[in-house]
Amino acid sequence: MTIKSMRDALNEALHHEFERDPRVFLIGEDVGGFEKDGQPVEIGGVFGVSKGLYRKYGRKRVIDTPISEAAIIGAASGAALCGMRPIAEIMFADLTAVCFDQIVNQIAKFRYMFGGQCACPVVIRMTTGGGRNAGAQHSQTFYPIFTSFPGLKIAVPSNAYDAKGLLISAIRDEDPVLFFEPKVLYTEKCEVPDEAYAIPFGEAAMPREGEDVTLVAFGQSVNWAVQAADELRKTRGIRCDVIDPRTPSPLDEETILESVAATGRLVVIDESPPRCGLTADIAALVADKGFRDLKAPIKTVTAPHTPVPQARELERAYLPNPRRIIAAVEEVLA
Amino acid sequence: MDHDDLLGAYRRLRLLREFEERTRVEFQTGQIAGFTHLYAGMEAIAVGVCEHLTDEDRIISTHRGHGHCLAKGCDPAAMMLELWGSTDGLCRGKGGTMHIADFSRGMLGANAVVGAGAPIAVGAALASAMTGGTWVAVSFVGDGGTNIGSVYEAMNLAVVLQLPKIFVIEDNGWGEMTPIANATGNRDLAARAAAMGMPAVAVDGVDFFAVHAAAGEAIARARRGGGPSTLVASAPRFYGHHEGDPQLYRSREEIADLRRREDCLPRFIERVTTEGSLTAAELAAVDADIVRIMDDAVAKAKAGPRPVPGDVFDHVYARYR
Ligand SMILES: Cc1ncc(C[n+]2csc(CCOP(=O)(O)OP(=O)(O)O)c2C)c(N)n1
Ligand SMILES: [Mg+2]
Repeated sequence: MTIKSMRDALNEALHHEFERDPRVFLIGEDVGGFEKDGQPVEIGGVFGVSKGLYRKYGRKRVIDTPISEAAIIGAASGAALCGMRPIAEIMFADLTAVCFDQIVNQIAKFRYMFGGQCACPVVIRMTTGGGRNAGAQHSQTFYPIFTSFPGLKIAVPSNAYDAKGLLISAIRDEDPVLFFEPKVLYTEKCEVPDEAYAIPFGEAAMPREGEDVTLVAFGQSVNWAVQAADELRKTRGIRCDVIDPRTPSPLDEETILESVAATGRLVVIDESPPRCGLTADIAALVADKGFRDLKAPIKTVTAPHTPVPQARELERAYLPNPRRIIAAVEEVLA
Repeated sequence: MDHDDLLGAYRRLRLLREFEERTRVEFQTGQIAGFTHLYAGMEAIAVGVCEHLTDEDRIISTHRGHGHCLAKGCDPAAMMLELWGSTDGLCRGKGGTMHIADFSRGMLGANAVVGAGAPIAVGAALASAMTGGTWVAVSFVGDGGTNIGSVYEAMNLAVVLQLPKIFVIEDNGWGEMTPIANATGNRDLAARAAAMGMPAVAVDGVDFFAVHAAAGEAIARARRGGGPSTLVASAPRFYGHHEGDPQLYRSREEIADLRRREDCLPRFIERVTTEGSLTAAELAAVDADIVRIMDDAVAKAKAGPRPVPGDVFDHVYARYR
């Protein structure tokens, strides 16, 4: 067990699975490397997540592609239909818009539409979210939209430990998984075992426990929720359950409903815009199945209904933060 | 080109270069946020094309857009303010480095989604054709971007509708860290465009005069209703894919060598001074002026007004709610 960054934890997961299963391969832009004067030059992904794979496995299993997202995802899904275990990388979640059809009309539907004849076990890895001033076309989350499609599984890790275990589960899963890596968390570190381990989908984590308020958060918002919970406990003696569902689909409804049954108060946090998103989804779940447990109206903390602005001050105003979460907790306790 | 045209072209080339050199310095001081892609090395392409254009002509650029903006006449100070995220920036701090636009100059935006500009520029050309305009639309796309399918959808549509559209392909041999040989089956990018049914030529993008001549021909053809064309221009990228890219995939010597052999500015200078069309004194005066313009742009950017949180709601719709 050592302290590792999310980048290194993901990298280890890829190495474990490449070693374990010869059907696993990686395909995407800049994921591998190239030969120059007979020598390998490694790229290893623009965020460094796939480093070492090209050197070890070569172009046969670490396939650099043209900038052709629709072809990348189509090729991954076709290979998956024929027994391979592809991991496709799309550099930014925003760019899945270029291959949306391949994901939502094709991959998501094959098993069902063809009456269970086939599986399409493809993993699509991508960076997600704001915090790097990358502007309106490179900062969106996109995981809420995909969560709405039956047939797709969605994972959004919030720390290095979960990232490794969830990616291993994703690669071993029989169904397509969209795997969202919050780009600001690549350098965040925590204890990560050296060996391979799988974190089952549909099981929430609870980084903080408390009886006063339930906080449900996704991706990098989990860290803001934890900071808010720690601050509230320290300064006000308010105790929060912080729930990180880890996989918006399948969703661990039980953990959320049990927590709300105990606290009677719910704040849901996500950095995506508020409409048709995960915060509305969780609020609806609790309103539907846990209404009688509620002692106060549900509050959500989200980005505004706007594109992601670029300037530092504007992106800071756009993203949720611990201060806004604390204010929401105060409201549900008032 | 007459004396004034030549001096104007030199001025623009130098402005594009200095803008990127200053952006690089300021980026390193932490002043500029976001993924910043510099155009240094490729200036002769943007300038060679845009010298033929008026404010009425439209262009759409790429993630590497600073050069296209300047070549199309965007104000360097207003651009620098945008890089700084100021409300006085061309996009009021909403866009930043990858999204600079100035619609008053016919600059319909840098675009961070590779290849996305080509179909949009077809629409601009369609508007020109539908309204009986004489203006043209130009999209820029990188060699890597030519592997996006919608670029060919755009080319085909422009051919079918015979639109006043020029596809400029900027071949710097790299898509991020991947060399073109690894990503593009047919290295003859002009042939790929020609296969869609339009005239397509490849020129040395380091040679301003070659770009200028070929672009002039394509643009004149589009203006007189002769339909779309493609211009492929090759030129090096002097810096990393984006600022902060350590460039482990190419050697320092390789980069230094490109600088020595494939720099459009010395090439331009040598030709005009050898011909005697511009004097060293004239060029030096331009250089000094550009330094002053860039000092002024950076000073303005540093002092620019900052956005306030409520600004996030501006410009989502014509009227919010
Ligand atoms: C659709 C899409 N895919 C991937 C990216 C990430 N990306 C940004 S620039 C770039 C390389 C572009 O190469 P090229 O078109 O040759 O332009 P250059 O950077 O060389 O000027 C990539 C892959 C993107 N922005 N959009
Ligand atoms: Mg390129």
